[in-house]
Amino acid sequence: MSTATLPPITPLTKKDFQTDQEVRWCPGCGDYAILSAVQSVFPELGIKRENFVVVSGIGCSSRFPYYMNTFGFHTIHGRAPAVATGIKAIRPDLEVWVATGDGDALSIGGNHTIHMLRRNVGLKVLLFNNRIYGLTKGQYSPTSEFNKKTKSSPFGSLDRPFNPISLAIGAEATFVARSVDVFQQHLKETLKHAAAHKGSAFVEILQNCNIFNDGAWFNLTERDARSEHIMQLEHDKPLVFGKNRDKGIRRKADGDIEVVQLGNGITESDLVVHDAHHPRPSYAFLLSHMEHRPGFPTPIGVLRAWDDHPRYEDVMNQQIKDVIAKRGPGDLAKLLRAGDTWEVK
Amino acid sequence: MSTLIETPPVKHKREVIDRAVIRFAGDSGDGMQITGSQFTNTVALYGNDIATFPDFPAEIRAPAGTLPGVSGYQLHFSSSDVYTPGDSVDVLIAMNPAALKMNVADLKANGILIVNSDAFTENDLRKAQSKTNPLEDHSLDKYRLFAVELERLTKIALEHLGIDAKSMSRSKNFFALGMCYWLYNRSMEPTVRWIDAKFKNKPLLVEANKLAMKAGYSYCEATEAFQISYEIPPAHLAPGFYRNLSGNQALALGFVTASQKSGLRLFQGSYPITPASDILHELSQYKDFGVMTFQAEDEIAAITSAIGAAYAGALAITTTSGPGMALKTEALGLAVAVEIPLVICDIQRGGPSTGLPTKTEQADLLQALFGRNSEAPIPIIAPATPSDCFWAAVEASRIAVKYMVPVIILSDGYLANGAEPWKIPNVDEIPAFPVKFATEANSPNGYLPYKRDPLTLARPWAVPGTPGLEHRVGGLEKQDVTGNINYEPLNHENMVRIRAAKVASVVQEIPDAVPAGDAEGDLLIVAWGSTHGAITAALKAQRAQGRKIGHVHLRYLNPLPANLGEVLQRYKTVLVPELNMGQLLWVLRAKYLVDAIGLNKIQGRPFKQVEVEQKIEEILGENSR
Repeated sequence: MSTATLPPITPLTKKDFQTDQEVRWCPGCGDYAILSAVQSVFPELGIKRENFVVVSGIGCSSRFPYYMNTFGFHTIHGRAPAVATGIKAIRPDLEVWVATGDGDALSIGGNHTIHMLRRNVGLKVLLFNNRIYGLTKGQYSPTSEFNKKTKSSPFGSLDRPFNPISLAIGAEATFVARSVDVFQQHLKETLKHAAAHKGSAFVEILQNCNIFNDGAWFNLTERDARSEHIMQLEHDKPLVFGKNRDKGIRRKADGDIEVVQLGNGITESDLVVHDAHHPRPSYAFLLSHMEHRPGFPTPIGVLRAWDDHPRYEDVMNQQIKDVIAKRGPGDLAKLLRAGDTWEVK
Repeated sequence: MSTLIETPPVKHKREVIDRAVIRFAGDSGDGMQITGSQFTNTVALYGNDIATFPDFPAEIRAPAGTLPGVSGYQLHFSSSDVYTPGDSVDVLIAMNPAALKMNVADLKANGILIVNSDAFTENDLRKAQSKTNPLEDHSLDKYRLFAVELERLTKIALEHLGIDAKSMSRSKNFFALGMCYWLYNRSMEPTVRWIDAKFKNKPLLVEANKLAMKAGYSYCEATEAFQISYEIPPAHLAPGFYRNLSGNQALALGFVTASQKSGLRLFQGSYPITPASDILHELSQYKDFGVMTFQAEDEIAAITSAIGAAYAGALAITTTSGPGMALKTEALGLAVAVEIPLVICDIQRGGPSTGLPTKTEQADLLQALFGRNSEAPIPIIAPATPSDCFWAAVEASRIAVKYMVPVIILSDGYLANGAEPWKIPNVDEIPAFPVKFATEANSPNGYLPYKRDPLTLARPWAVPGTPGLEHRVGGLEKQDVTGNINYEPLNHENMVRIRAAKVASVVQEIPDAVPAGDAEGDLLIVAWGSTHGAITAALKAQRAQGRKIGHVHLRYLNPLPANLGEVLQRYKTVLVPELNMGQLLWVLRAKYLVDAIGLNKIQGRPFKQVEVEQKIEEILGENSR
């Protein structure tokens, strides 16, 4: 049944993934860029259009399925990972993508997010993180910075925010990556990496809400400061950042990391070489925590891509096959007459 | 005289009787559920009709010997029809003072009372909050008391095995079981087989339990403790093969059958909850039928994963009890809105909130009917007996896929754990209901996900992976036919009415209500679910006295049978007995403007036959024959 690896007869184009529905996001919303990137990447994956399913919860981001000309399911708030798990269980051959937001995935649906990740269900999860509740018109979200003044927190929010990447790694997600709505090329590359991953692929996309949280990621996206604050991760390459690529991350003797200035005897060979494929999540967690430390950059790209763990839907179906191989296919008449029976004549 | 007895004829008197009610009561750790179910299995295999009532606390092990820790198992078995587990008991086995105290009031005067006299020390009495020793204070004088040293006698029987005292003590329930087998002239063979299978990896335990049981049997034989033993001949059931079946087992088997008959893979999303977990335990064993069970992270994931599985083309179910039902509410609305087939089993228990997890109640009817935001009608089926749960599962599945709707099955703790003999159906005689997924566009403009079947109003079921049928569904209001998001006022009203009309049209699946008993007369009893047995027994008894009574037991609670309004008019009075504050009563009064009256019991226990009879007499007058 699986056609995932065969290229379609007529190559698909971006247009094949656009619907006739009017897109109802605010003009200038970061979601447009994400939609465009996904519509560009899907035709390149060599998967038939009918085998794509886009599942979402509730929120601005969750309108996504309506704009993708694939099978689509706009479910209820926070539950998209659970719905998608049911789809994958029955049809492991389908390519199922989940579109969600910071409120949807980390607040109301936090439980489903972590359980999907620990099970390693073969879903691609795009978490649109704009650090605000947009669709309900501007309340703070679980990723809003501390002391944020919003409609529901006029004197400042008191919650410590989640770091979605740390959370995903903490749940031992097998693929964790981050990109930014306005970095179109990087975003597309990241989505392709996610698509290539077998198990759960968790992608946080930093996204601007120009209405309720404009400049949500300004310190990262602003052209002048961008390279000072962002570190692009590449597997097997040293951790370098800075406008002039003159800063890097070095291991300390105690196992921690530090930011060092290149030069004065410090070269790239002294730096940590990025290993996204490490089986243990601790290194990726260390990277995910950098942005909370003064002077450290925010990492983007693939933090972790360890694909040696079986997908949940595969082990589920394999267990059934194994039982059938051992017992033979079930016989209903026999089942109904199992156990102690007696005959009345 | 029966020839099935293993032992030679003895000088005891043997009496042939029609029926008996026996209750095993002890501490939660005393193995009363095993003892009761073994006795049940044996008499059922022998051919008696049966009804059982396991009654146990929510705590796995409340402090030993205390009142809250008492666990009981009641069995009614007979050579003729059995409708209830029995209002009062003929034989009570009480393993300690707490069990005695909690149960003795239900023992008939002159009934047989077997107590474990080793468990009546001062300490035991204190734990049971008994000021005096009931074995000595004459409070039990109206019963036939048999104070047996179960502990000591079991130890004597097992001494040579060289096991520790605690392990020996654990076998004392089998000693008591052996006594009961003697008392009712039943073979120990089925239980011997069960012990062999159950403890096959623990040969010492096999030996200990078998020896203890045989010792109990021989004790009665040798001591002439009982001057009389009883014989209850097999019942005259319809010819065929039978097995014992509990409601939860029946649901599981019903869903496997529905899966086979529809040709759809069965998917169960579930989160453990009393008293529904056994359905998950049961179905998780049937992987050889391709059954996929998913123990979800919570009740919401349980139903939403099932919705996902249904979307992908499975026969999807979710099983829960009241608190879980409450959590699933929003997702039920989604299933209504996207018009996807799904079966939800609510095994009702006492509430509100956590309530009485192991006790039965029927108070989720209005929740099932209305417990969702906005207008979200769902068909409801309520099985009447444990084995009827099998047919309810098949029927609910069939309606769900035919009408593309979620369907609720309302069972309860009493049906779930209670057992009765089930005539095993011929698999080939159960009608198949093969499902056809949409495979091609249903209009010149492509695939229209909400273009309906005119007869059922069902929309087509196009599963992902079908070329050319890519489409979007979701919880937002949509336009009929196209499925496009639409917020227009008239469209919304139209869609609300279509969804309601679709559920209403399920009435074409529902047989007309045909009253049991009198087709017209002084009183109509309208009821649903697990009260069936008590009402049937009461009806029989009251009609035998010449009263004109009918009984409609509603298996379909939404929609209701088309002729129900007319049936209600044929009687002077309508009585609605329910294990709630009057929920069906409320529906009937609202829908049919009938001045029906209720009989309501909210004690976590099923109706007794006598309670229904008393109400009938109260309404009709003692002498109105």
